[in-house]
Amino acid sequence: MRSNKRIVATIAHRAAILCYVAFALFPLFWVLKISVTPNDLLYSEGVRLWPSRAVFDHFDFVIRHSDFPLFFRNSMIVSLSTAVIVTILSSLGGYAMSRFSFRGKFWIVGLMLLTQMFPLVMLIAPIFKILSPLGLTNSLSGLVLVYVAFNVPFATFLMQSFFDGIPKDLEEAAMIDGATRFMAFRQIILPLTLPGMAATLGFVFTAAWSELLFALMLISGVDASTFPVGLLSFVSKFSVDFGQMMAAGVLALIPACLFFFFIQRYLVQGLTAGAVKG
Amino acid sequence: MTEAVNAAPYGRDRRPFLRRLASASEPYLYSAPALILIVTVMLVPLVIGISYAFRDITLLDPFSGGFIGLDHFRALAKDKTFWQALKNTVYWTGYSVALQFCLGLILALLLDKPFRGRGLAQALCFLPWAVPSFLSGLNWAMLFNPIVGPIPHWLFGLGLMDAPDNLLSSPDHAMWGPIIANVWWGIPFFAITLLAALQSIPRDLYEAAAIDGATPFQRFRSITLPFLAPTIAITVMLRTVWIANFADLIVVMTNGGPADRTQIVASYIFTTAFRRLDFGYASAIAMVLLALLLVYSMLIVLLRQTLLRER
Amino acid sequence: MASIDIKDVRKAYGSVKILHGVDLTIQDGEFVVLVGPSGCGKSTLLRMIAGLEDISAGEIKIGGKRVNELDPKDRDIAMVFQSYALYPHMTVAGNMSYSLRLRKTAKEKIASAISGAAEKLSLTPLMERRPKALSGGQRQRVAMGRAIVRSPKAFLFDEPLSNLDARLREHMRGEIKKLHQDLGATSIYVTHDQIEAMTLADRIVAMNAGIVQQVGSPLDLYDRPANLFVAGFMGSPAMNMFEGTYRATDGAPRVELGQGVTVALAGPASTADGARVTLGIRPEHVVVGKNEPESIPAQIDLVEPTGFGTILHANAFGSDVKAFSLERGLAARGDTVSVSFPVERIHLFDTTTGSRIG
Repeated sequence: MRSNKRIVATIAHRAAILCYVAFALFPLFWVLKISVTPNDLLYSEGVRLWPSRAVFDHFDFVIRHSDFPLFFRNSMIVSLSTAVIVTILSSLGGYAMSRFSFRGKFWIVGLMLLTQMFPLVMLIAPIFKILSPLGLTNSLSGLVLVYVAFNVPFATFLMQSFFDGIPKDLEEAAMIDGATRFMAFRQIILPLTLPGMAATLGFVFTAAWSELLFALMLISGVDASTFPVGLLSFVSKFSVDFGQMMAAGVLALIPACLFFFFIQRYLVQGLTAGAVKG
Repeated sequence: MTEAVNAAPYGRDRRPFLRRLASASEPYLYSAPALILIVTVMLVPLVIGISYAFRDITLLDPFSGGFIGLDHFRALAKDKTFWQALKNTVYWTGYSVALQFCLGLILALLLDKPFRGRGLAQALCFLPWAVPSFLSGLNWAMLFNPIVGPIPHWLFGLGLMDAPDNLLSSPDHAMWGPIIANVWWGIPFFAITLLAALQSIPRDLYEAAAIDGATPFQRFRSITLPFLAPTIAITVMLRTVWIANFADLIVVMTNGGPADRTQIVASYIFTTAFRRLDFGYASAIAMVLLALLLVYSMLIVLLRQTLLRER
Repeated sequence: MASIDIKDVRKAYGSVKILHGVDLTIQDGEFVVLVGPSGCGKSTLLRMIAGLEDISAGEIKIGGKRVNELDPKDRDIAMVFQSYALYPHMTVAGNMSYSLRLRKTAKEKIASAISGAAEKLSLTPLMERRPKALSGGQRQRVAMGRAIVRSPKAFLFDEPLSNLDARLREHMRGEIKKLHQDLGATSIYVTHDQIEAMTLADRIVAMNAGIVQQVGSPLDLYDRPANLFVAGFMGSPAMNMFEGTYRATDGAPRVELGQGVTVALAGPASTADGARVTLGIRPEHVVVGKNEPESIPAQIDLVEPTGFGTILHANAFGSDVKAFSLERGLAARGDTVSVSFPVERIHLFDTTTGSRIG
C-alpha cells in the first residue's frame, strides 16, 4: 500500500519534470524546425512537428551571403569584454560591500537599487548626447561602456552574496600569515569565489548578448552592429523571411545557451551560500 | 582625572597621515570603478533625462529644447492612451509575476528532490533564461502565427478558439501572447533563486517535523514557506519592478496593438521616444512610472519590515 | 619570542563599550589563558593583539615595540582560529608554507621548516591532501602547524579546541601543552572552558563584562578567587554559595545562614558586623558525616554518580548544598545526613561588591 503510494508520487514527480522540460524546450525546438524547413514547405507544413524534407539552405545563406558573421563577431567582442570587465569590477565592489562597513555604504546600495528601477529607455537620448562628442557612438567600445554600467549593479549584489558565503577567518588568517588585505583578497578569497565569478561572467555575457535597445540606438552602421540588430533586420523588410531569421537565431542561441548551460549550477550554489546568511 | 590624562596619548593613532588615509579609503577604492561608471553612465543621464521632462525636446526639430514647465504632465493627465497603458501595465505585470512565481516555485520544489538526471533536467528547465528576450518575442510571435506556428491549430482543435486565428490580433486576448512568452522566459529566474533558498533550509528541520507527525503539506506551510518568505519578498519586488519596465517582448510581438490593447507604459515610452521622437514627453511618462515603482517598492519594504517585526 | 605589554586597552563600537581598560603584562615564553563566559571581551582582546580589531584607546607592545599602528602582517604573530581557517584550495603543505612564501623564504628553508613541523605534529603522510579530506583533529593539527613553521614572536589561540569532540579535545590539550614546553613560545589562549584554562595556563586571566577579574596561577584562582565571579566560574561542580549575615561580636567571627544555622570562621573578615556576605565552599570540601558534633542536619535530594566520585545534593537550612566525594555509597536519596564546612576551606565575599573579604 505504502510502496504503491510512493510509486505514484515518483511517477507524478517525473511527469511534472517532463512537462517543464517540454515547455522549456518546445519553442526552441520550433526555432530549429523552421530553420531547417525549406521555403516551399514552410507554409504547407506549418503545423507538422518536423518537415518532410530538412535542409540547411538557410544556414548556408546566413553564413555565406549575409553580414551575419560580422554581427556575430561584433556581438562576441562586446559581450565577452562586457562580461570580463563587469566581473572584475563587481568582484571588487562586491568584496567591499561584503567585508567593510563604511560611511556612505547605505547610499551606495540605495543608488544601485535605484538603477534597477527606472526604464532604461529614458537614458538613451542623454547617453547619446554624452557619448557622441567623445566619439563613442557607433563604436563597440561605447557599447561596452554602457553595458558595463548597466550590468555592474546587479553583478555587484550577486558577487556580494558569493563573498558573504566565504568565512572572514580565511583572510584574517592570511593577513596574520603576512599578507596585505589585497593579497589576501587575490590569493585566498578570489580563488574560492571562482564558481561565483563564473556565474557572474555567464550571467552578464547572456545579458549583453541579448541587449537590443541600446545596440539599435547607439550604432547606426553595419560595421559595428551586433547580432540582435542584424536579426531584427530580417523583420523590418517587407516580408519576414522566417527560415533565414530562425537560422540566424539558432546560431545566436548557441553561445548564450552553452555559456548558461555550464554556469547555471554555480548560480544556484552561490546563491545558496549567500542565502544561508540572510 | 589622571586616568583621562594618561589614556589620551596611548590611544591616539600615530600612523603617518598618508597611511591612515590609505586604510580609511580602502573600501572606497574597491568600489570606486563600479561607482564612477554607474554615476557617469546612469545617474548623470538619469538627471538629464529627468530635466527633459520639463522641456520641449523633439529630435529633428531645430526649434525644440525650450523649458515648458509642467506642460508634459498636464498633457499626460489627459492622455487616454497613457491611462489605458497604466491599466495594461498592472494587468501585464500582475499576471506575469504571479504565473512566473507560482510555476517557478513548483519547479524549484520539484528540482529540490534528488533524482537521477536532476542536473540535466535543471539545466534544460533553466535554458529559456539564456534566450535573448527579443528572440523569445520573435519565437513566440511565430508560435502564435497560424501560418508557421502550431498553437492556433491546437487551440482550435481543443475547441478553445472558433477558428485557428492569431491570438496576437485578437483585441480581447492579445495581452496573453506576451504574458505567456514572458512566463516562459521568466520561470527560471524564480526557480533559480527559490531553489537556492530551498537548499539552504536545514534538512533536520524536515525530519523533526516528520517525526512530529506533520503531513507533507503541513511541512511545506510551517517550514518551507517561512524560510522562503524573505527571498520571496525580495525577488517578487525586484521582479515586479523589472517586468513593469520590460518592453522588449511587447514591442517585438505586438508593438502595442491591436488598438493599444497591449500597450504598457514602458512600451508607450519606447514608442513615444523612437517612433514619434518626442523625448520630452517620453521622459515625463518615464518619471511618472519611476515614481509609481518607487512607491510600490517602499510599500513592499515597509510590509516586509512589519511582517519581520511581528514574528 | 617576545613579551607582550597591554596598557589600559579599551574597545568600543560606537557607544557600546566592550573592554573597559585592560592592563596585562605577559612574560617572554609564558602561556597565558584568557578565560570567561562568551561576550566577556576575551576574543576581542586577542583580536586586538593580532591587529584584526582597531584599538580604541590604550597601547599594546610586542617585544617592547608599540604595535597599535601595525597591520597584522607586520606584527609577526601566529594565530590558530576556532574554525581553523585553513585555505581550502591549498594542500596541507601549501597551507603550512603560505606565510613563508609570502616572506620570500628560500625554497630549501621552507621545505625543511614544514617537514620539521609536520614531523612534530605527525602530519607527514598528509602533506599533499586538501583540508576537505582531513578529519577534525587533523585539521586542527594543520592549523597548529601553520602557526609554528615560522617561529613567530607569539602564538594566539582563539578557542582552538571547541570544535572537537571531548576525547579529541583532551588529547589535543595535551599536545598543545607539550608543544609549548618544546618551543617555549609566548602564547595567549582564549577559551570559555575552565578545565582547559586550568590545565594549560602558566597564568590565567579571568574576564567578565570587559573587565579583568583576576590574574594569577591556576591554583591561585582556584584556591583564592578574588571575587564571586571567579569563584563561581572556576571549578566543576561549581562552588556552593550561601548568603548570610556576618557576626563578629564575642570575638568569634561567624556567619548566620538562616534557620538558626551559624558557621564559624577561622578569623575576622574585613567587613563590619551585620554586613550581608556570601559564604562559598567548594563541593569537594564539604564534609558529609553522620554524627559530627558541629554539623548541620541535611536531607539528600539527589545522588549523581560520576564514576570518578559522587555528587550529593543535600537540602540544608533551606538551600541546596552540593558535596563531592570520592567515596561511593555514602548516602542514598532521602537519607538524613549532616554536613559541615571546615573553617580553613571557607571563602567569604561581600554580597554587594562581590569582592573577597576573607
